[in-house]
Amino acid sequence: MKTSVRALATLLFFTLLTGLVYTGAVTGVSAVAFNRQANGSLVVSGGRVVGSELIAQNFKGPGYFWPRPSAADFNPLPSGGSNYAPSSAELLGKIKERKKLGMTRDLLFASASGLDPHISPEAAFDQIERIASARGLRDNQLSAVRALILRHVEERQYGMLGEGRVNVLRLNLALDEETRIAK
Amino acid sequence: MNKFDFLQILIPLAALIALTPLLGSYMAKVFQGENHLLKKPLGFLERLAYRLCFVDEKEEMGWKNYAVALVIFNLFGFLALFALQMLQGHLPLNPQKLPNVSWDSSFNTAVSYMTNTNWQGYSGETTMSYLTQMLGLCVQNFLSAATGIAVFLALVRGIIRKSSATIGNFWVDVVRSFVYVLLPLSFFFALVLVWQGSIQNFSPYVTATGVEGTRQVLPMGPAASQIAIKQLGTNGGGFFNANSAHPFENPTPLTNLLELVAILLIPSALVWTYGIMLGKRRQGAVILSAMFALLIMGLAGSLWAQYRPNASLGEPEVMEGIDTRTGVANCVIWSVFTTAASNGSVNCMHESLSPISGGVPLVNLMVGEVIFGGAGVGLAGMLVFMLITVFLSGLMVGRTPEYIGKKIEAREVQMSMITVLAPSAVILIGSAVSLFHPAGLAGISAKGPHGFTEVVYAFTSAAQNNGSAFAGLNANTPYYNVVLGLVMLVGRFLTIVPVLAIAGSLAQKKCVASSESGFRTDSPLFFILLVATILVVGVLTHFPSLALGPVVEHYLINAGWVN
Repeated sequence: MKTSVRALATLLFFTLLTGLVYTGAVTGVSAVAFNRQANGSLVVSGGRVVGSELIAQNFKGPGYFWPRPSAADFNPLPSGGSNYAPSSAELLGKIKERKKLGMTRDLLFASASGLDPHISPEAAFDQIERIASARGLRDNQLSAVRALILRHVEERQYGMLGEGRVNVLRLNLALDEETRIAK
Repeated sequence: MNKFDFLQILIPLAALIALTPLLGSYMAKVFQGENHLLKKPLGFLERLAYRLCFVDEKEEMGWKNYAVALVIFNLFGFLALFALQMLQGHLPLNPQKLPNVSWDSSFNTAVSYMTNTNWQGYSGETTMSYLTQMLGLCVQNFLSAATGIAVFLALVRGIIRKSSATIGNFWVDVVRSFVYVLLPLSFFFALVLVWQGSIQNFSPYVTATGVEGTRQVLPMGPAASQIAIKQLGTNGGGFFNANSAHPFENPTPLTNLLELVAILLIPSALVWTYGIMLGKRRQGAVILSAMFALLIMGLAGSLWAQYRPNASLGEPEVMEGIDTRTGVANCVIWSVFTTAASNGSVNCMHESLSPISGGVPLVNLMVGEVIFGGAGVGLAGMLVFMLITVFLSGLMVGRTPEYIGKKIEAREVQMSMITVLAPSAVILIGSAVSLFHPAGLAGISAKGPHGFTEVVYAFTSAAQNNGSAFAGLNANTPYYNVVLGLVMLVGRFLTIVPVLAIAGSLAQKKCVASSESGFRTDSPLFFILLVATILVVGVLTHFPSLALGPVVEHYLINAGWVN
């Protein structure tokens, strides 16, 4: 009996302390110190929320840089990967399909989260020709697109962590800005 | 592998080795009730906890009382979490108006978080209200870790004390590890995560209209505060379905490094704490070496396998189930760390790794979560393996087995064997039944040996309280929810209770006078014996499963086979 009362009291105490006080304190400090990040790093363009910098959205048009395939079909509810086996015939079929569409490198594979906001810089360079012809860019504008990618390359953090990458949403917004040509 | 890949393998290992003595010495002070850095600023919380929870700091418990307190405390935690899920539709802080969770999923998740497994049959962002996440899941993240540390402390006291009927006070152990270790570490870690991009708010989900005009609903919630403890407390249950692969959970390479180190930090530091509490640092050093040796063996094998070209897909580097910012090297090392500790969080999808790279995590689980293992319980499991090793060596050389001056007798060996055999038994029986029962077969997504591995992995993960998965298995069904829930209970309490019994039994013993009669347990020879015992007992039990699953698939893929 004594043990049960203690157990109940201890559980209540810790529920309030962690569930409310701790969670509340982290939320409070975050709201003041890191407001943008705490609220999802939203990207506003033309007066509306176009997405989050951290969450991939689908770009289907040939005039845009494409993100990596998403097993969640870019719907974050819920996130997740394809969970294909490394010996999966279905996966092999998808890779072949993607190659036919001109996709290369990391764009051949669905990401883990289904929401990977990045592609490798190389995979971005591979898309320049398609984008140029879709947007009717002249040859002398190609170097501008190339420079655009280079400006958006995020190097390894602190020069060593993670992988070099390009944020697809940021890159496409800048592309629209730069070329100002009908989609 | 390029030089950056090697660098990213070395950095977390180096960080871990550097931080282990720091945190280890600090925790030794905390648990021995000595003066330490946070005693003044946080001491009021400790005293408040004792006053409000009717705890007498000076009271001592025998092993049975200690075990009863632990089980009842966990039972209430289970009931609270179960009720929260079943009723969340009627409760506040549910801006998405998510309905009550089904009874079987509620049962599975409540057991899962209470037992420090944090297996997830559900998807957080579409299932759990903010209230359930913070008052239910987050709380159990803390309490299951504190429970594990308490078990370790009880066992250490059993080893240290002579002719004693008691092994400490469960409530004091939980309060101290919570107030001085888990809470402050999590608080600062959570803020670093938010700084880097993890979300932390109570807003309703945000609807965005994409550049091409597609509507996208972005999930929100108090995520970072929970992610911090899920990494530190060897919990591993994600706020979102994709766990630490989700950009909101693990937004940058820096958060990836910190979350990675956090997985092993407390389990590794506790070994240092053990050496100090024992007054024999060499004993701790032998255990740490064994853990690092097993960790690095697995890591090397897994890296080798993942960097090989995949002949079935005809691709030199497979990125399926790996996010770009993470990359292959960080994915592989995480998969090894998270299964060496009983963490179970993932930053890439284990199911899509090469067979051997998916097999190494499975082996880590099968050896019983002792390569670091869960907070506290992992080291307790390792100490049990030491007793078994001492016993086996004793048989070989014909001496009375003893450990740290305590004779190891029938009772200790019996209890040790329960902790090894109970999880193995439920893994084998559970997998076998599921591979025949239609409800079990219904959940399998992959064909051939990979589908087999899905099931074995699920039962091993549940029995060893890890929580990672070959996530292609659809386990959110009444069958898997109930069966895996029961397996988790066996895996948790049929190790904790026997360990406490060992603690009680050792505490009562007198110290053997001469250490010359015994077998040295701090020598390189013992290190080799220990590693060999772990591999023999752990891996041989499950060798047939490994052969039928990952090994067969490895050779099939080499031959270019697809299914």
